[in-house]
Amino acid sequence: MLISKKGRLAATGFAVLALVTTALVTVTPADAATGKCASLGTTHYAAQKGKTVTVFTSILDPELSKYQNAMKPFEACTGITVKWEGSNQFEALLPVRVKGGNAPSIAVIPQPGLIAQMVATGKAVKAPAQTLANVNKYWSAGWKGYGSVNGKFYAAPNSANMKSLVWYSPKQFAKYGYTVPTTWTGMLALADKMAAAGQTAFCGGIGSGGATGWPATDWLEEVVVRQFGAKVYADWISHKVKFSSPQIMAAMKTVADWMLNPKYVGNVSAIATTTFQSAGLGIPTGSCMMLQQASFYGAQYPAGTDVSANGDVYAFYLPGINPAVKTPVEGGGEFMLAFSSKPEVAETQNYLSSPQYAANRLAQAGSSGGWISANNGVPLSAYKNALDALSAKYLSDKQGTFVFDASDAMPAAVGAGAMWTEFTNWFASGKSIADVAAAVDSAWPAS
Amino acid sequence: MSATKVAKIATHNEGRKLFSSRTATIVVWTITVLWTIPTFGLLVSSIRPKQDIFGSGWWNFFLHPHFTLSNYHAVLFGTGGSSLSGGILPYLMNSIVITIPAVVFPVVIATMAAYSLAWVRFKGSDFLFYAIFALQIVPIQMSLVPLLQLFTGGAHIGSMTIIPKLGIAGKFAGIWLPHTMFALPLAIYLLHNFISALPKDLMEAAYVDGANHFVVFRRIVLPLATPAIAAFSIFQFLWVWNDLLVALTFASGTEEVAPINVKLASLVGQWGSSWEVLCAGAFVTIALPLVVFFSLQRYFVRGLLAGSVK
Repeated sequence: MLISKKGRLAATGFAVLALVTTALVTVTPADAATGKCASLGTTHYAAQKGKTVTVFTSILDPELSKYQNAMKPFEACTGITVKWEGSNQFEALLPVRVKGGNAPSIAVIPQPGLIAQMVATGKAVKAPAQTLANVNKYWSAGWKGYGSVNGKFYAAPNSANMKSLVWYSPKQFAKYGYTVPTTWTGMLALADKMAAAGQTAFCGGIGSGGATGWPATDWLEEVVVRQFGAKVYADWISHKVKFSSPQIMAAMKTVADWMLNPKYVGNVSAIATTTFQSAGLGIPTGSCMMLQQASFYGAQYPAGTDVSANGDVYAFYLPGINPAVKTPVEGGGEFMLAFSSKPEVAETQNYLSSPQYAANRLAQAGSSGGWISANNGVPLSAYKNALDALSAKYLSDKQGTFVFDASDAMPAAVGAGAMWTEFTNWFASGKSIADVAAAVDSAWPAS
Repeated sequence: MSATKVAKIATHNEGRKLFSSRTATIVVWTITVLWTIPTFGLLVSSIRPKQDIFGSGWWNFFLHPHFTLSNYHAVLFGTGGSSLSGGILPYLMNSIVITIPAVVFPVVIATMAAYSLAWVRFKGSDFLFYAIFALQIVPIQMSLVPLLQLFTGGAHIGSMTIIPKLGIAGKFAGIWLPHTMFALPLAIYLLHNFISALPKDLMEAAYVDGANHFVVFRRIVLPLATPAIAAFSIFQFLWVWNDLLVALTFASGTEEVAPINVKLASLVGQWGSSWEVLCAGAFVTIALPLVVFFSLQRYFVRGLLAGSVK
């Protein structure tokens, strides 16, 4: 303490510039009783004047300052100062800081595996009761599950992103009188119609440098969760259900009838050599009609492309297969894990899991979008970006089946190794499903 | 003594002749120009408008010179730059507050230690010197977590406290200390080599005149060792100023303590899209080390014992 004061003194000694520093970090705490909490909904927040909560995240500016801004009503209400710290070394630094006893109050973690690793250190604390109540009320069971370790709930979700989209051109669809399909069979029927008209129904590209093959792993993941649901999907990740099991082989067959079907995609082996970035660029002109790819794919289109419900290009939800699996969605998200049970940290967690926080954060995103919450307490009308609203609709479905990317959760030898190379072979050289499945299984680490 | 000195001067002159030949001059200039081009490109980029940086290579500046200081304005004051909320001045100040003590501490300790190890005869002084030198092989990466644990929890054997918790993680002291620790072995080694080579006659004359170790250290060793101390100070200054690892681990990334490099690393932004401010940020970052280097560089070339024993 003494030494740090000395440091401060040294800083002020240096120049007027140091005055700027102190001026920037001074926050006047407001009283909870002055009605400044009115905009924070029904949750009661106690005044915690002068307390500081640190949030560590991999998010950088300009996004980071939007998070900081979204905290302002909460800070004004409670007097708590919430400091967001972003680092692109987050994954490496968090374990070092936690093991060294210098953990942040809250960490925003994008990988479920890292949450489990942090809980295993014994330094993480379970979510407070109000946060748990918020998550039970506003998120689907799948989301809660990814924030839990061994059945105990730790981390509330922050933002979400969506993979289960199919890109298409509303203008081309209107020109030929096609309508957006809402079932899997409907989608294949539409593809049949396109094939009959001499069009290429599906675009495809799995080339991605050293990671070539990953889009194909997404296709299989989408089909596995759609055909067999979250339980088989989870067992598949833990290798209780093998690639050569009847379920996964059946799912691979479904993928083969879809993306390895020459009738729909033309030259199958060309998919292996086409980069995923360029795969769907022909959609606005109709050289191919549909592409399954994540929400971020919109950024691949050149500036000036109209990405909207009636524009050059847009996306629809990749329909489900098995009606017993409700609203299957594959995506990702971040979870907020606390390392302190102090009341001000708990209050911050409560706010961060509330619809009011999501609405405040969403207001920062504006019409360019880029921030989605799976919190269903946020009305879809709050989204100023149509594509984000579309994603949010499926991500926040309370009955929905939400799953993370399976290949990311599998051991790297498989999820970032055999699965990529073998799936590339599947497309490139027509390797049989049984051979591909056997090859991936054999790459699974022994322990 | 005088024979070796003559030999030294001879090789010195030969070296000078070798380096002042026409071929050598051309080679040196070519290397210098080649080496400077990327930095020069960075400088040119930092004064170009954002659209120009993204639209064309920096050399196009000479065909279409559009000059702007907006990048520097954005970097320094945080206005206009998309990825900056508050500017980097607080971080620049932190860097100075971190670097100066982290240079002064090891230099002061190492100079005194080097003198004692070289000129104060005590049992085991050689062993101690080699032990300190051997500590250099401990990689900094290995000690990050244990050091952080020491700062936050102290050291205990069973329930007995060996070192109480220091509570300095995330504060300036928590950065000064690791930098000082990791600088000491090399600093002591370098300064010991220099100080132990000082002429024995000088010391003995002083002792005969009744000077004790403190007087000798202050009146004779310190003035003579100034070039070595300055040389090491420059190294240590550059090392601490350019350090990212220690700062990332021991300082939090907030603007109260994080040095400029931590900010610079995240300046490019969430989508890696605002690297126009990176160029300007990089130049702000290297400005101070350049000033330090140029103001101390004469010590690199100054004759080592100039003015002492004629």
